[in-house]
Amino acid sequence: MKIKPLQIIAHIILILGVLLMVVPIWISFASSSHDSVTILTEGMKFHIGDQLARNYNEVLNEKGGWSEEVTAAKMFINSFIMALGIATLKVVISAMSAYALVYYRFKLAVPIFWLIFITLLVPLEVRIFPSYKIVSDLGLTNSYTGLILPLVASATATFFFRQFYKTIPDELLESAKLDGANAWSFFIDFLVPLSKTMIAAMFIFMFVYGYSQYLWPLIMTTAEEYWTVVMGMKIIYTESYEGVALPRTAERFAYIILSMIPPVLVVVFLQKWFIKGLIQTEK
Amino acid sequence: MSFLDLKNVTKIYPNGTKAVHETSLSVDEGEFMVFVGPSGCGKSTLLRMVAGLEDITEGDINLDGKLINEVDPSERDVAMVFQNYALYPHMNVYNNLAYGLKNRGIDKETIEQKVNDAAKLLQISDYLQRKPSMLSGGQRQRVAMGRAIVRNPKIFLFDEPLSNLDAKLRIQMRLEIKKLQQKVGVTSIFVTHDQVEAMTLADRLAVINNGIIEQLGTPIEIYDNPKSLFVAGFIGSPQMNFLDGNIKNKTLSAEGFEIKDIDSDFEGEVKLGIRPEHLSQSENSLINLKVDLVEQLGSDNLVYGQLKNKKDFCYRCPGNLTIEKGADLSLNIENNKYYIFDKSTGKRVN
Ligand SMILES: Nc1ncnc2c1ncn2[C@@H]1O[C@H](COP(=O)(O)OP(=O)(O)OP(=O)(O)O)[C@@H](O)[C@H]1O
Ligand SMILES: [Mg+2]
Repeated sequence: MKIKPLQIIAHIILILGVLLMVVPIWISFASSSHDSVTILTEGMKFHIGDQLARNYNEVLNEKGGWSEEVTAAKMFINSFIMALGIATLKVVISAMSAYALVYYRFKLAVPIFWLIFITLLVPLEVRIFPSYKIVSDLGLTNSYTGLILPLVASATATFFFRQFYKTIPDELLESAKLDGANAWSFFIDFLVPLSKTMIAAMFIFMFVYGYSQYLWPLIMTTAEEYWTVVMGMKIIYTESYEGVALPRTAERFAYIILSMIPPVLVVVFLQKWFIKGLIQTEK
Repeated sequence: MSFLDLKNVTKIYPNGTKAVHETSLSVDEGEFMVFVGPSGCGKSTLLRMVAGLEDITEGDINLDGKLINEVDPSERDVAMVFQNYALYPHMNVYNNLAYGLKNRGIDKETIEQKVNDAAKLLQISDYLQRKPSMLSGGQRQRVAMGRAIVRNPKIFLFDEPLSNLDAKLRIQMRLEIKKLQQKVGVTSIFVTHDQVEAMTLADRLAVINNGIIEQLGTPIEIYDNPKSLFVAGFIGSPQMNFLDGNIKNKTLSAEGFEIKDIDSDFEGEVKLGIRPEHLSQSENSLINLKVDLVEQLGSDNLVYGQLKNKKDFCYRCPGNLTIEKGADLSLNIENNKYYIFDKSTGKRVN
């Protein structure tokens, strides 16, 4: 097979792109396997050092915080629960509200849709005080419910589901009706399987969104047992090391690498559908 | 009361379009009824009202002795085959057929048996595990039929199901639908704008124009005895020839010839209709035709030409006659088979 110059150029561009993505991660990983002192004195590393096991063990099991009780592992679990809850509920709620907007042709469907849509202009950060007030009045501070609930409505996902449902031909609904399907079974037997690539894609986006939340959990949680990964970075940053106030650079890298694992797992698990969902609307 | 009864059914769409006007119609049990008419005449609307997919603005529809105006489509026990089949894209053929049965809470073994029987009848047993996207047009058509048959509904509704197929497959499927309907014996309504399809399939035919049933009858009745200008022009291929004329004292003077002693008391402006196949060549000619073009179909020849006054005219003769382009033919109407319509109302007057 002959290789064309155009192909070579394309490959060079692609390889550069891959390097751009992978090198920082590699540096983080390599640096996480050294001594903090080494990193501080010699800069970041490209090769694996000998402190790998020790650093990771320390990050995972060391108890931190004021109460000296919260561990990184616990924070990963918290973030995972929060992201999972947010992603699942966002997808379910958006799919169902889009279903109502598209298939129940009541007069207010369009205004309601736009009302939902303009909430894009008021993200959580903007309405954080009223949100906090409501959640705390409901007594939901320091709970998973409190972490998840204010974030489960999604205009973006509702919009995408709505656009997708609108491309489904009317005859499909009509023939399902004649086959005895009711409103619920049409949703479960038709819309859900037809939009499963879309669901996977939305789930990944929303999982990453939930996982990287910072401000909301910071305000919401006073008990350390509900701390999340992104907040945890701060702890490691501020802690002292063997009496001397040294930044724990190597451990921080280890923490970063570990914190990437849950989203990566979700992406790997769902990527087959995710890519399909991005490049085609399968019907 | 017959099996399906439409009484003064009217449909006005929310945007004000009046698609069906006070239509009454009965269909007997086991009958194959065909709705035929030009595009936009309201055939689909009428059918969809029977299915329950459109609200009925006015009038009543009774099915099997029960008023179904307000009955949900899922409760009506009707099956419909759509023009684009509307197969369930994410289900394999088996599940496409089984879905309606599952919704009725039928047990698994019975479903399997029914699906397999229907698949056998339609010769789609080999494709049961395939998704619709992996089937040819004809196979999809069969699956759509299978989905209707398997539920054993009270009535089959077909909305132009053959229009997406190529000409040859169309004729084949047309035949199969007819055979199948006779075998299964289910009351059916079939919508088409193809008059050949309508003629060949129908036990009875409803010719619809502008939301009104212009004529209802067996295909032969309608062909032999069209009651209006529209029906006469719509049924029959090639189309009936129409000439302007005038009746006075039982004598019709048309464009270039006269017919005496006609069977009508009408006086005034008329249209004279003559089917191309009701003409023959003879000595004492009525009509002179200058041939422009001959289409040889094998069994028949279609001769197109012009009358003296340049009016287009068609004559159908047996295929064994050789007719040259440019020839002058003298034609006569066989057995007085001509139709006279009131020019202003379009109503038949002889
Ligand atoms: N949803 C609708 N809203 C408004 N008007 C409609 C709607 N559906 C159909 N019509 C109008 O009603 C009339 C009848 O439509 P219908 O679909 O019954 O025609 P048809 O006889 O089935 O034609 P075709 O052979 O092209 O399918 C048409 O004038 C059409 O424009
Ligand atoms: Mg139609």
